[in-house]
Amino acid sequence: MITENNQAKQTRENAVLENVVIRFVGDSGDGMQLTGTQFSDTSAMFGNDVATFPNYPSEIRAPQGSLYGVSGFQVHIGSVNITSPGDSVDVLVAMNPAALKTNIDALKAGQMCIVDTDEFNKKNFEKAHYDTNPLEDGSLENYKLIQVSMTSLTREALSGMGLDNKAVVRSKNMFALGMVYFIFNRSMDHTIEFFERKFKSKPELVEANIKVLKAGYYYAETMEIISTTYQIAPAKMQPGTYRIINGNTATAWGLLAAAHNSGLELFLGSYPITPATDILHELTKHINFGIKTFQAEDEIAGITSSIGASFAGSLAITTTSGPGLALKGEAIGLAMMMELPLVIIDVQRGGPSTGLPTKTEQSDLMQALYGRNGESPVIVIAASTPENSFDYAYEACKLALEHMTPVILLTDGYIANGSAPWKIKKTSELPSITPRIAKTGTTYNPYDRDEKTLARVLAIPGTPGMEHRIGGLEKDKKTGNISYAPENHEYMVNIRAEKVKRVQDHIPAIHSEFQEEGDLLVVGWGGTYGSLSAAVSQINIEGYKVGHMHLNHINPLPKNVAETMKKFKKIVVCELNKGQMANVLRMNFPEFQYLQYNKVQGLPFTTFELTERFKQLI
Amino acid sequence: METKYTFKDFQTDQEVRWCPGCDDYVVLRAVQKALPEMGRNKEDFAFISGIGCSSRFPYYVETYGMHTIHGRATAVATGVKLANPKLSVWVATGDGDAMAIGGNHFIHLLRRNIDIKIILFNNEIYGLTKGQFSPTSLIGQKTKSSPYGNTQPPFNPGELAIGSSARFFARIGGNVPKEQTDLFIEADKFKGTALIEVLQNCVIFNDGCYTQYTDKEVKDDKQIYLQHGKPMIFGKERNKGLVLKGLKLEVVTIGENGVTEADILIHDAKESDPTLHLMLARLHYPLATGIIRSVEEPTFEEREDALYNKVKETSKYKTVDDLFFAGETYEVK
Repeated sequence: MITENNQAKQTRENAVLENVVIRFVGDSGDGMQLTGTQFSDTSAMFGNDVATFPNYPSEIRAPQGSLYGVSGFQVHIGSVNITSPGDSVDVLVAMNPAALKTNIDALKAGQMCIVDTDEFNKKNFEKAHYDTNPLEDGSLENYKLIQVSMTSLTREALSGMGLDNKAVVRSKNMFALGMVYFIFNRSMDHTIEFFERKFKSKPELVEANIKVLKAGYYYAETMEIISTTYQIAPAKMQPGTYRIINGNTATAWGLLAAAHNSGLELFLGSYPITPATDILHELTKHINFGIKTFQAEDEIAGITSSIGASFAGSLAITTTSGPGLALKGEAIGLAMMMELPLVIIDVQRGGPSTGLPTKTEQSDLMQALYGRNGESPVIVIAASTPENSFDYAYEACKLALEHMTPVILLTDGYIANGSAPWKIKKTSELPSITPRIAKTGTTYNPYDRDEKTLARVLAIPGTPGMEHRIGGLEKDKKTGNISYAPENHEYMVNIRAEKVKRVQDHIPAIHSEFQEEGDLLVVGWGGTYGSLSAAVSQINIEGYKVGHMHLNHINPLPKNVAETMKKFKKIVVCELNKGQMANVLRMNFPEFQYLQYNKVQGLPFTTFELTERFKQLI
Repeated sequence: METKYTFKDFQTDQEVRWCPGCDDYVVLRAVQKALPEMGRNKEDFAFISGIGCSSRFPYYVETYGMHTIHGRATAVATGVKLANPKLSVWVATGDGDAMAIGGNHFIHLLRRNIDIKIILFNNEIYGLTKGQFSPTSLIGQKTKSSPYGNTQPPFNPGELAIGSSARFFARIGGNVPKEQTDLFIEADKFKGTALIEVLQNCVIFNDGCYTQYTDKEVKDDKQIYLQHGKPMIFGKERNKGLVLKGLKLEVVTIGENGVTEADILIHDAKESDPTLHLMLARLHYPLATGIIRSVEEPTFEEREDALYNKVKETSKYKTVDDLFFAGETYEVK
């Protein structure tokens, strides 16, 4: 099949690009996640800035070739600062008709679409609901279509190795990766080393994958249809040691760092739920550090076991997603009432109810702030990028331990599964954490408070002379004994709220990026940072005066929010929900008018839709 | 055993607020008498409860305690024990708390075999909410939420527990402090989850629910107090006994129809096969009390600890910094 064409080699152009978006799509069993991860890791190690976005179905193995079984992985790489995985795509690799059909609209006109023609047959057209062959009916005229018989070429490359058909077909993703590596002048070394490590005990699989990878690479090199290859220079990034990290791993590691720096044992009580489960997986791998992970019988036991561990002196964590947060509500109220440190991590997904488990949304904000009975404020913070999930997980622990209160950390499916370069932090570079643990030999009243923070002190069971009882009933402000006294209840409600309010003194001020004053202030929070930042950056380049204020601290809000907003003519709050943060701001700062831009499609914002809207609003 | 405490050391300054005549007072005193006998320091106990009359218990025991939310005491206690295995962790719970709203945590604690002691105050009624039927109320029982008679068949706590792999199950009347104290001490010695069901009379909403078994007049004839290694004999005259007939336990009279003491079953609480224990737990005449089952197996925390030591030995990472900098990192200059 391979036709030598030396002519092509000699006349091929080599163009320099600032950034490029590549999307790999195929069946959920085609290995698209692996392919995408390999490409992004290789690019990061080359020195590019990267951002990734996996998009996979909730079915584990949907029927082959079906539209709903399509799994994708998008990689955005650049020699410039990359904040989002990008919206429209420069190179689409589609392994079958269903993948092509569901993704072709994202490909920019005139750009490259690589398909495995072996999968373009009558059976697959039917499954993808194509009446005609899209490769022949002219519907792809506007794209640079590259047709490759990947399956047959893979089979040819592996002939004589004695592998079964399944193993052969499974390696075809490496053929596609090999081609893309050639097109973008990437070295295959990282992926070769990866296979050598991964299949150490199965040398035939190492050999097969490397063979197919190289076959794809050389096929692209010798084939005349690839007329241009591309260079993307390393990005200017702060010097240091980096690694590619996704949000869930970064969250787990932030917790590990906090346990280390607080000197406490980490306890995680958790129940599996998409997309939060990877935090449980990650922490369970590292029990060697003396951390304890407990997969409970349900969400409620996940949090209540953590409350028990917190009482017993551990750094206590529970992880979940929206439906699980609903189940944990009563227990959060208990921890809040007993004033025990506890970190609740909600990796948000599309709701309501079971909603869209594998898709992203920001619709748990109100639930995090108010989803409990009684007057029960807790600290709420949100991570905004895969890599800063580390910092906010760490800060959640610090605030919980130092202010003796539950802290809800919101992330979402988009940043939890997305990945980006992380400049690795040493635990010694992080702020100190001082848990409030009673010293032996002092008189202990469970509800004595620090004058400034109003945080109480914890006496850990096992400490002689400090035996005490706490509970969910209202307690006397001094002794902690049960009290139904009316004035005492009001006092306690107020002081618990004031304690959370005073956290304002311990969080950084907010600022507007790009512009400190101007025509429009884009307000966002949590996982939309990358998309909003990319859009605001672009619109400023086009000459507009637009600022971007992004909230990570939600309860309490930073002190200078109003001051920051005041300097703009208009404010638009952009959220992947129906306006929950907009309403929080309305409630806190009713003197401003808030415009809204909301999207609830289970997908992140695109730069295009944002910039278009901003222009309309100005 | 030498002891440095008396029951008074385990009394708090809180006024006990149960109804006059409630069996909860008996259990509280029995616990306060048992604790000094366990050879532990006062600060090394933790009493955890959920919601219900009996869940006020921790406020009255002078050690560490937590009064949590409805049904979750067993799950909270799980966290306390896993975080600090040195503590002696006790749960005070009721039939509604443990087997209705907290049923899931209850069965899973028993399954996991964490070294926690559960005192189940079973009064076959919801007391704190003023008299609704509970998961142990009888068919036909008239309560505020079943004015024409309860139509929900009850759980038998022993049966539920043994079905959930309970390794230790004991049952005792609410009005026998001495036996209760003995059982609590035995439960403390047992390594693993121990469940003690107390047949607790609710004087207000379900008065007399156990009279047919626990009244002083009938107690010896209607209950069999089981002791490991001893024949299953009961009755005022000590002439009744249990034998196995086919797949059923049967009451026989020693000296009648040629039955001798040698024919009577010997109670083996340590038999790992639960079949006979389950039959004893289900028995209504006589009602089995005492330790019905006591089979030690590795606890969950022992298994976890063994795993930790194994993983630690082979781990590449000494500190979390090692982990952060391991694997696929790259330098930007």
